[in-house]
Amino acid sequence: MASLPSPIAPPPPSPESRHIAIQFEDVSIGFEGKPVLDGISFELLRGESKILLGAAGSGKSTILKLVLGLIRPDQGRIIVLGHEVTEMTEEQLFDVRREIGMVFQESALFDSLKVRENVSYRLDEEHDISAEEIERRVREALRFVELENTLDMMPAELSGGMRRRVAIARAIVTHPEIVLYDSPTGGLDPVTSTTILELIAKQRDVYRSSSLMVTHRLQDALLLATHSFDSKSNQMKPIEPGANVNVRTAFILLRDGKIIFDGPAYELVHSTDPYIREYLS
Amino acid sequence: MELISPTEFAKDKVLAVQEYYQLSAQAVANLLRQPRYIADTLQQADIIGVGSLPIVVLTGFFTGAVLALQSSNTLQRFGSLSLIGQLVSESMVRELGPVLTGLMVAGRNSSGMASELGSMKVTEQIDAMRALGTDPLKKLVTPRVFGTVLMLFFLTIISDFVGLAGGAFVSGTLLGLDARQYWQNAWQSLAFGDIFMGLAKPVFFGFIVATIGCYYGLSAKGGTQGVGRATTQAVVAASVLILVVDFFLTRALMVMLPGM
Repeated sequence: MASLPSPIAPPPPSPESRHIAIQFEDVSIGFEGKPVLDGISFELLRGESKILLGAAGSGKSTILKLVLGLIRPDQGRIIVLGHEVTEMTEEQLFDVRREIGMVFQESALFDSLKVRENVSYRLDEEHDISAEEIERRVREALRFVELENTLDMMPAELSGGMRRRVAIARAIVTHPEIVLYDSPTGGLDPVTSTTILELIAKQRDVYRSSSLMVTHRLQDALLLATHSFDSKSNQMKPIEPGANVNVRTAFILLRDGKIIFDGPAYELVHSTDPYIREYLS
Repeated sequence: MELISPTEFAKDKVLAVQEYYQLSAQAVANLLRQPRYIADTLQQADIIGVGSLPIVVLTGFFTGAVLALQSSNTLQRFGSLSLIGQLVSESMVRELGPVLTGLMVAGRNSSGMASELGSMKVTEQIDAMRALGTDPLKKLVTPRVFGTVLMLFFLTIISDFVGLAGGAFVSGTLLGLDARQYWQNAWQSLAFGDIFMGLAKPVFFGFIVATIGCYYGLSAKGGTQGVGRATTQAVVAASVLILVVDFFLTRALMVMLPGM
């Protein structure tokens, strides 16, 4: 079993009203006759983070694509920031997507564009933002991921970790309401993974954006649930027991296309469900 | 190899035709919609047009030359060697110029488009583009379709001309014909219908080359192997479709323009 992080305890009751960022209602989808998600329902509140866990092929990444409207469910409703994306046309979805940043599994940077152009892509597409404003925001986003010196480099010149950080900069350059992370630490070494997790915690704790993160690395998920970002020291710090800090990070565990757990870290690690015990071990 | 039921096979094919039709219709409709990606269109026109120029010039020149060479024996037998200019010009302008240029551009650019868009698809760059608020059909497909149609039109004119020059070279150096007589004969034999047919075809062929290349690229799946498969399928489909459409188009134009 994974070691229990020290400050895991029931979080203080949330005073926030139930403003919902993402809502799934009985959503099902299958590919080539095989069901991938089978009637799943969950909610993500504004300012909250949820980490999607599960074995490979359990439908974690599919959930992120459904949120963005990149694919449509066979059944069910998906409501994102008050818009029912399942009923919207591709043109209408572009407006909703402006409020969502997405970090893809393999970064998905445009390899024919420089880092600067990759990060400014969405701003360039708006067509009504001045060049000076775009430059300022691109630098701000790259400073956030500590890669301001890579402005004129091509993605092929960057390491895997740097590409992932540029992808984060591209996702947050418009200060989106929701950020989606698809295995942001997959394939990275432990040191680089920690850097990426620090950026995710920074985005969560400093900008208070809602987020859904897919990962198959339990240690990363628990690290995010048990650490908060300290702006003064510019790094993550463990949440001390009794500290009045709520990082509002919960977990969803998927199995065979169904949600078998949706709750906070302390409930996950104390679960008596045999599958969850085995998953955590 | 996995066996597929005939029903599933037929369904797949019908679905593919439907998706291809949707992509093609959308690519054309996007010409009238904002935003228009002018810089991307010019870049594609440069890649397709200027990039294909060497192979089109070489193909056109040697096709005209070999046409003159092959037909010289037959014409000589009937004492009509002086008509070689007419034969080369009509063959090049009506048929060989547009078809061979189309096939060359298909080989070079359908494959290029399929591999480029296919790589973007399997590395999730197409999804990223949609997630960032851009319609990939507007940004990637329409500029390629417009650029290819426009440039294939001009490449065909160049190919026709260098084909005639190839015929002139053979007529002058190997067959001992007077160059002036060759060019006069070639020029005077061309009627409006010949030129109309020769310039209508590249518009259709350019559309086929670009839409097929983009369709196979955007349908690629299964990693690098899938990209390779998409590339091969794009070249084969575009080449076959050009030859099939050529036949029906020729027939239709012959009916529309009597006396051809």
